Amino acid sequence: MTQPRDFGFDEETSMLKDAVKRFLDEKSPLIALRKHLAGSEDPYHGEAREPWFDRALWQEMTELGWHLLAVPEANGGIGMGLVAAAAIQEEIGRAACPCPLTNTLQSTFLLREANAATCLEKIVAGESMGLAVFGEDGSLEVDSTDVTVNGTTLSGTSWYVQDASKMDNFIVAAKSAAGIGLYCVPASAVEIKCDKIVDLTRDQARIVLSDTPADVISAPGEAEAVITKSLSAIYTLLAADIAGAAEWQLQATTEYAKFRTQFDRPIGFFQAVKHPIVNMMIATDETRSLVYNAACAYDHEPETAARYAHFAKSSASDTASFCSNRSTQLHGGIGFTWESDVQVYHKRQMHSQFLFGDGSWHRQKIAQQL
Amino acid sequence: MAEQQLSADKVEFQEYCRNWLEVNRPPPTKIPLPQAAYEVTSEDHRAYLCDWQNRCYEAGLIATDVDKAYGGHGHDGYQTIASGEVRKAKVPYFINWIGLGMAVPTLLVHGTEEQKTRFLPPIFTSEEIWCQGFSEPGAGSDLVSLQTSAVKDGDNWIINGSKVWTSLGALSSWMLLLARNDKDDKYNGITYFLAEMDQPGVTVKPIHKMTGEAGFNEVFLEDVVVPDHLRVDEVGAGWKVAMSTLTSERGASMGVGAVASSESPLSAIHQVIQLAKDTKRNGKSVWDDPIWQDKIVKLYERTEAIMQNARRGRIKELNGGAMRIPLQGKVVGSEIGQALNEVALGIMGARSSLYVGDENAVDDGKWALGYMNTYTGTISGGSSEIQRNILGERVLGLPKTK
Repeated sequence: MTQPRDFGFDEETSMLKDAVKRFLDEKSPLIALRKHLAGSEDPYHGEAREPWFDRALWQEMTELGWHLLAVPEANGGIGMGLVAAAAIQEEIGRAACPCPLTNTLQSTFLLREANAATCLEKIVAGESMGLAVFGEDGSLEVDSTDVTVNGTTLSGTSWYVQDASKMDNFIVAAKSAAGIGLYCVPASAVEIKCDKIVDLTRDQARIVLSDTPADVISAPGEAEAVITKSLSAIYTLLAADIAGAAEWQLQATTEYAKFRTQFDRPIGFFQAVKHPIVNMMIATDETRSLVYNAACAYDHEPETAARYAHFAKSSASDTASFCSNRSTQLHGGIGFTWESDVQVYHKRQMHSQFLFGDGSWHRQKIAQQL
Repeated sequence: MAEQQLSADKVEFQEYCRNWLEVNRPPPTKIPLPQAAYEVTSEDHRAYLCDWQNRCYEAGLIATDVDKAYGGHGHDGYQTIASGEVRKAKVPYFINWIGLGMAVPTLLVHGTEEQKTRFLPPIFTSEEIWCQGFSEPGAGSDLVSLQTSAVKDGDNWIINGSKVWTSLGALSSWMLLLARNDKDDKYNGITYFLAEMDQPGVTVKPIHKMTGEAGFNEVFLEDVVVPDHLRVDEVGAGWKVAMSTLTSERGASMGVGAVASSESPLSAIHQVIQLAKDTKRNGKSVWDDPIWQDKIVKLYERTEAIMQNARRGRIKELNGGAMRIPLQGKVVGSEIGQALNEVALGIMGARSSLYVGDENAVDDGKWALGYMNTYTGTISGGSSEIQRNILGERVLGLPKTK
């Protein structure tokens, strides 16, 4: 199989991406999040509070059908591929928008690999769904879960569950003597213990299960293959988010360098500032190209999907680190303050950089196949 | 890697190119060719490479999309296919890369009918090799400060001055020449000429590089005569014309089939991986060390990214502006190439000291040679620093450094 040269980025996808961008620019300005975080009319001061997202905004997103975008038509969805999902995720990253869409899209691709019709139909009905697959040690291997299964009830704690407080359901990885299985539990059936995390734009929790009844998505022994295949989509979506956020960092730093004057000139005149900004652009573009290649490989060329997804996330993790570093440094003192939005993106990128594997981890996975 | 989805006639043309290159691949030279076209100095190599380029031209792999009136083959949209197949086939490069890559695009845009009919066909056949006379001892990155003078004398211009870093200078019949007709107007006082090399007053002296190879030259111009009909575009328009030529050099133009190096970036990566697997230290292969894996795969990742950049650059909705990706090509490609060659030296450890001519040198010493020659890529045609100024200013709109 071969990939279409244009990534399969057709007119429909292009219009969708554009609509998402306009929607988020209008309805999800960063200041809304910041006002909530501050808990006051002055959005730029005060203490970080509980995880938050705009439920009305999520409601609007589901009315527009973004949640079921990648659900197959046979299950009542729109049946678009990972290229379209990555295009949307890139805009979510650029807007640093707190919403359950990222996890729901990631879950959709896992459920597609598992042919899990019942769960896909829950997504179609507007329910959000998140992944609960990590164990306490933060290992990134597919069998790292600390949850155990006994018949169809789950016990134990699942760690580092992303945007847990926003979720209606969780896909939980659990182990038994027969191997790893995947299960669906409603959020109402578990205890959610929020972590205090560095990223202000997302939340994270442990979810605690004790003899919690669960629906089987993939039986023990079958789930590892499902997880392995869907990880390519999961990595690629996270890399798309990073590419979008990196573009924000690039544009914000560029604008600041045009506006901020020192030594009687805008600082962007000086090559010590200009060249690192160009390096941010180079890094961002490399990641973005690898994201669309990986997404297109997943849609059209499954035999290369895993390698290209590792390339996308390895590049993205390094770009997240580099662009965050330069954006704070080049903003000078102001970039180091709570008041500046630069810190919000920097911390979102710090979170994304290590989530689902950093650059070196993904490069090891590639090297093992060479 | 993704294949382009081509129409039936293009698929047929691609098949044709592939087969022709397979059947007509020339036998290797007795003394190996230098790594890139700009390093060719020997007469044997010149004759071999001119013959090869001419055969490729006659087969339709060069000047594929150029109008028949100028010696081209008159197709539309076939050149990228032909060039792609030439790169994949790992055949020798085209010696007249300056002619193909810079003179032809410049003349197609700025040349007169007479200039196009006279000069293009012998560029394609390589009957006439071209060099570029832009840089001067006092005008490198700050090219616009060039001082070589052009003084009008009847129907002629009299040229005096000197040019430097002139690749292929000793083999060339013609030079793309920038000279100053007005000392008082920095940007609008430069004129673009086509200068014949075989005439009194032109002296070419080789410059030896850090590698020990020759390859480029100093060219001294003393009362050299250029007839006015060999002026390109208006008097004083030279800077504008030169910028369009440099854009070709920096990879932003479609080109007419210039392939200056026969090594594809991915093939270089795979060679380095193989080198790491074959190199044993303390009984273990270097490849088995995760530190080396990480370094090599990072460069693999970035090389893949360059290829995917080229693909995304063609999609208007995803490229962030027409020039954003093309203008990154030269700086990123040359820096990755340099890093890759340096990694190869590290893989070999102490053996990396063995240079060309040593009987124990790995791959005949080509990695040390190649590493040093990568500085050609990061310095010439606008150094990496100049490229970053251009990207910052033209793409991001940052204030101009100059």
